[in-house]
Amino acid sequence: MTELAAMSFEDAMAALEKVVRDLEQGNVSLDQSISLYERGAALKAHCEALLKAAEERVEKITLGEGGVPTGSTPVTGL
Amino acid sequence: MDLIDDDTPTAGGNAPEFTVSEISGAVKRVLEGEFARVRVRGEVGRVSRPASGHLYFDLKDDRSVLAAVSWKGQVARMAVRPEEGMEVIATGRLTTFPGQSKYQLIVEDVEPAGAGALMAMLEKRRVALAAEGLFDAARKQRIPYLPEVIAVVTSPTGAVIRDILHRLRDRFPRRVLIWPVAVQGQACAPEVAAAIRGLNAFPTGGLPRPDLIIVARGGGSLEDLWGFNEEIVVRAAAESRIPLISAVGHETDTTLIDFAADLRAPTPTAAAEMAVPVRMELIAWAGEQGARLARAVAQRGDARRQRLTDLGRGLGRPGALTLASRQRFDLWAERLGPALSGFAARKRNAFGPVAALVRPDLLRRFLRKERETLEARWPRLPLAFGARTMRQRQRLDDWSGRLAPAFGRNRADALRLIALNHARVKALHDRLAAAPRARLLALAERLARLDRVRVTLGYTETLRRGFALVWAGDELVTSREAARRGAALEIEFHDGRLPVQTLAPGTAAPVAAPPKPRKPRGEPGGQGSLF
Repeated sequence: MTELAAMSFEDAMAALEKVVRDLEQGNVSLDQSISLYERGAALKAHCEALLKAAEERVEKITLGEGGVPTGSTPVTGL
Repeated sequence: MDLIDDDTPTAGGNAPEFTVSEISGAVKRVLEGEFARVRVRGEVGRVSRPASGHLYFDLKDDRSVLAAVSWKGQVARMAVRPEEGMEVIATGRLTTFPGQSKYQLIVEDVEPAGAGALMAMLEKRRVALAAEGLFDAARKQRIPYLPEVIAVVTSPTGAVIRDILHRLRDRFPRRVLIWPVAVQGQACAPEVAAAIRGLNAFPTGGLPRPDLIIVARGGGSLEDLWGFNEEIVVRAAAESRIPLISAVGHETDTTLIDFAADLRAPTPTAAAEMAVPVRMELIAWAGEQGARLARAVAQRGDARRQRLTDLGRGLGRPGALTLASRQRFDLWAERLGPALSGFAARKRNAFGPVAALVRPDLLRRFLRKERETLEARWPRLPLAFGARTMRQRQRLDDWSGRLAPAFGRNRADALRLIALNHARVKALHDRLAAAPRARLLALAERLARLDRVRVTLGYTETLRRGFALVWAGDELVTSREAARRGAALEIEFHDGRLPVQTLAPGTAAPVAAPPKPRKPRGEPGGQGSLF
């Protein structure tokens, strides 16, 4: 499940929906349904982790000579 | 001064004298002092930009022309370049050019006069950039569903960035990088373009590469938003490898960056909505998916268990299934051993007597017998062959001997038949020739008979008996009266005619008419018509 960690939320979402749909339609073997369930659970956990990591962080880019970005300063109060 | 010099009037009066340079300098000072900053409205005439980079052009109205020049540095800062035919308001100062006794306007900035002119120019630019394909649908990139890092190119202060951050916070808090830019004025376009290009060069200096760029500005006049119409901005937006949402002005304002952006938001707030999904909805969604997953698996488990139970019930006891077969097997298995040994014994018994007979002497005897038969028949072979040929030849001779007499016989028959037919043909031919002659003779005979009758009945026979006919020319005279009228008469006897003369008074001498012997015969008259 290493590929899961790198999966975007959108891809994970689509994959999870497909797993659920496949399982609900019931045209998979028992073995498959068990591995599908495991994958679905992992996808759901991944999605939830991505959703949990919703932290606001606002920075203003500081520009040096000739408009070149040199770093950033946190922005608060907006 | 006047009072002092009053008593020495000269031809020049008391006016001071200037050199040309002095007067030119004076004029320059006056002009530059009076018109240090003016705004001149007019139509742009001829425009030229030599290699120096300075821009020379004319401003004119219906009566006058004003020379204008913008130095290279000023041209670079201009938001709008003067183009021929454009109605503009030029801002600058007047100055003179003493070397040529000229004055001109040094133009620092040019703005199109009136919205119409600006819109026309905008449209022209849009068409040109569209022709390059910068606005093609094929260039559009998909906006990521859930970007990690969002860069916002806008003014760092003001309502716009606040609206965006608020809406992002409501929906899905994210990491936001603000690249501060001037959103109006001449600095706007270069700064915005540089920001888009700069962000595309990320990650750099510890800053992450954004997944999405939002270029935003609040509402304003067409002139206020003008920076977002600049080619440099449009190109930067079109070239951005990072998906870009434009949100410039209000919904009704359209700037050229909107055409080049991957997505156009009507307002900054809308841009934030397009940028991220709603987190709470997704959490709910994830929960629902988890529940459906569990339910689906549980249902499938239940269903399978049920099915297994049902099938197991239908299966019955395995022992019972094989019982009958086993019994049959036992039955036959018992009989198998005795059957085999019995069969072998029978065969052996049958083989014993036969095997006793089979000895080498048997074969040798057989061979000897065969050889004897062969040797006995061998000498008869040519003989038999000769006899056979002879028989055949004899038959051939026999048949050929019978051939000649048969042929002679057939020929004689044929000749006889021919002679017979010949005679028949001749007889028929004779009969054919005789038939018409016999008929002719018969007819001649009949004719002679009829003629005899005719002669007997005709008047000539009567004449022979002593009667005579009297003719007057061709007329037969049958009365005395007729004879008296006739001039010349003829009497016909049986042996010819005789002309006679009548001695009637007053008549002319009798005329002898030539005898006409054929007439009485051919014209028998009433009496002659006895047929």
